[in-house]
Amino acid sequence: MEPAQQIISTLDLTIGFPARGAMSQPTVVASDINVALNRGEIVCLLGPNGSGKSTLIRTLTGLHAPLDGDIELEGESLGRFSNKEIAKKISTVLTDRLTIGNLSVYELVSFGRSPYTGWFGSLTEQDQEIVDWAISSTGIERFVDRDVLRLSDGERQKVMIARALAQNTSAILLDEPTAHLDLPNRVEIIRLLRELAHDTQKGILLSTHELDLALKAADTLWLINREGNVITGTPEDLVLDGTFEAVFERDSFDFDRSTGSFRLHHPAKQPIYLTGDTVGVFWTRRALEREGHRVTESNGTDLQIKVRADQNKFSWLVSNGSDRFKCTSIQELVEKLRQKV
Amino acid sequence: MAEPTTDQTRQHSTGIRPLYFALLVGGVCLLFVLNLALGSVDIPIESIVQILLGGEVNDVAWQQIIINIRIPRAVTAILAGSALSVGGLQMQTLFRNPLAGPSVLGITAGASLGVAIVMLAAGTITSIFAIQQLSALGSWFIVIAASIGSAAVLLLILLISIKVRDNVTLLIIGLMVGNITIAMVSIWQYFSQPEQIQDYLIWTFGSLGGVPLNQLWILAVVALLGGGIALVLSKPLNGLLLGENYARSMGLSVMSTRIWIIVSTSLLAGGITAFCGPIGFVGIAVPHLTRSLLGTNDHRVLIPGTLLMGAILLLACDIIAQVPGSTTTLPISAVTSMIGSPVVIWVIIQRKNLQASF
Repeated sequence: MEPAQQIISTLDLTIGFPARGAMSQPTVVASDINVALNRGEIVCLLGPNGSGKSTLIRTLTGLHAPLDGDIELEGESLGRFSNKEIAKKISTVLTDRLTIGNLSVYELVSFGRSPYTGWFGSLTEQDQEIVDWAISSTGIERFVDRDVLRLSDGERQKVMIARALAQNTSAILLDEPTAHLDLPNRVEIIRLLRELAHDTQKGILLSTHELDLALKAADTLWLINREGNVITGTPEDLVLDGTFEAVFERDSFDFDRSTGSFRLHHPAKQPIYLTGDTVGVFWTRRALEREGHRVTESNGTDLQIKVRADQNKFSWLVSNGSDRFKCTSIQELVEKLRQKV
Repeated sequence: MAEPTTDQTRQHSTGIRPLYFALLVGGVCLLFVLNLALGSVDIPIESIVQILLGGEVNDVAWQQIIINIRIPRAVTAILAGSALSVGGLQMQTLFRNPLAGPSVLGITAGASLGVAIVMLAAGTITSIFAIQQLSALGSWFIVIAASIGSAAVLLLILLISIKVRDNVTLLIIGLMVGNITIAMVSIWQYFSQPEQIQDYLIWTFGSLGGVPLNQLWILAVVALLGGGIALVLSKPLNGLLLGENYARSMGLSVMSTRIWIIVSTSLLAGGITAFCGPIGFVGIAVPHLTRSLLGTNDHRVLIPGTLLMGAILLLACDIIAQVPGSTTTLPISAVTSMIGSPVVIWVIIQRKNLQASF
């Protein structure tokens, strides 16, 4: 692998909104941000609602002025670049809604060539090749002639990514590209972005609410916590050292380090020692946790369940002290546990 | 395998639709000649074509009527129709609102205020026609007053638009600003002499026949300048379709684009209003008609299309206004509203919703 190369980096950056009047103070959203987006890397920006994910993305693209500190674009201060020069290095997909129709997907994607085309915006042969490439790498050839108003949310998001690709920049910054999408579409968009980052050596930053997806897809995480600090690291490191948990800590919200997902419920009931068939254990665990049990991997609890699998026939052997019984479905298991425990 | 699709897309999506443009140009030519042929004096089409081609016609009076009255009138219709339509198109894109247009946002009202100030405050020089008769300088004076008036209103709306992001709110504010402007004019009228008001009132009915041949070039210069700026703005206007943030992220300077759109629209709306009076509805209706005909929002195609469509619509309205076969002439602004409103309703209903036709 070639050495990591920083596309965008920040130096003690403070983001927020300027003071509205002489008497008021500027609203600081996050401060002392020192982060870097590297080539070929996909970074997920995570943080609770209102923590400033959008503001950070807008600030990094130059759409929003920083309150303090510096942003460097390929080693030079962002302020030194003109709008057009920035547009050749950073493209973006925003949450702004498209409200127009009477525009084909091809036309929309070709607008991405704006920083390169002349005053009238005519596409050269080379421009057209790049637009075609952007269209084929996002897999939107099928509806390239369709009106942008008649796209589904997932299709529209891909078209906007294609437009950003046509801009041929070293970095793409996306603000919640997976919002309003169903699970298959979310996975598809993230997979597409991963491939783009690795195949084209672009640096890709996306903000998201999908913690699971971010943990799985990101090379690096940027976490904005409630104090307005940005913590960066490899997802697994941030999980293991508890940073991830701390950022999203809330009363009724628990991050389970052992599964990398969130518990919806407080374990209030008796702990259960669960063993047996791997697949069976996985799903049984879910049901038990939903019921409010804590599932442990250490023997020594009164309540123990062993999952048996015979081809696709599962059975559960429950022992609670001296009481023993067998269940043939999770439903039966749950009902019996409710009665007896 | 990818080859045929890409070829197809290039043809489908970024072509200039030559057939439609041929139709539009043909329509302008046809209506132009028809417009010349209709009027209180019957002149056969052959003679008109002959005069247009520079030939001599037996009847000198015919030649006089065509050259001094009907040609200036028809050319004014073409210029005014194109100018107001392109002004409206730019407003719709700038505010990203399908209901925007020079007359709705009070820009025409601003021009009226400018003209009213000149006409009603001029004291001894009481009439717009008197000012126009003086010299071309007088015409420029009114054009500038009208343009300043419309630019002032547009600037005010633009300043508000920095604070107010919501387009519907902005549109309502625009309507209110227009109302205030109209109220100011009416207060002015209240304290003016009846003769002065009469001139102003006649001006407000709108007329395509008030531009003498020797001043037509002023109108042409203003329209070409405003239209030219609009055409140069095609690319940034396209960028604005996606919203200001996207436009900026694609390297366009939104602030200077806004300013140039104001300059262009004020020139177009102000200039036309100065000469022809407030002509409503062309600015809103024509961009919608053109979009649904050409099926694109790409301004590089849409602006030329709108220019032609605007010329066609106003030539047609003028033919109706002259009530063929009679000696009466209806006020042009009444005709454009009567034709324009049903057209917009038809487009909306046909496209199910306005957003889709925008």
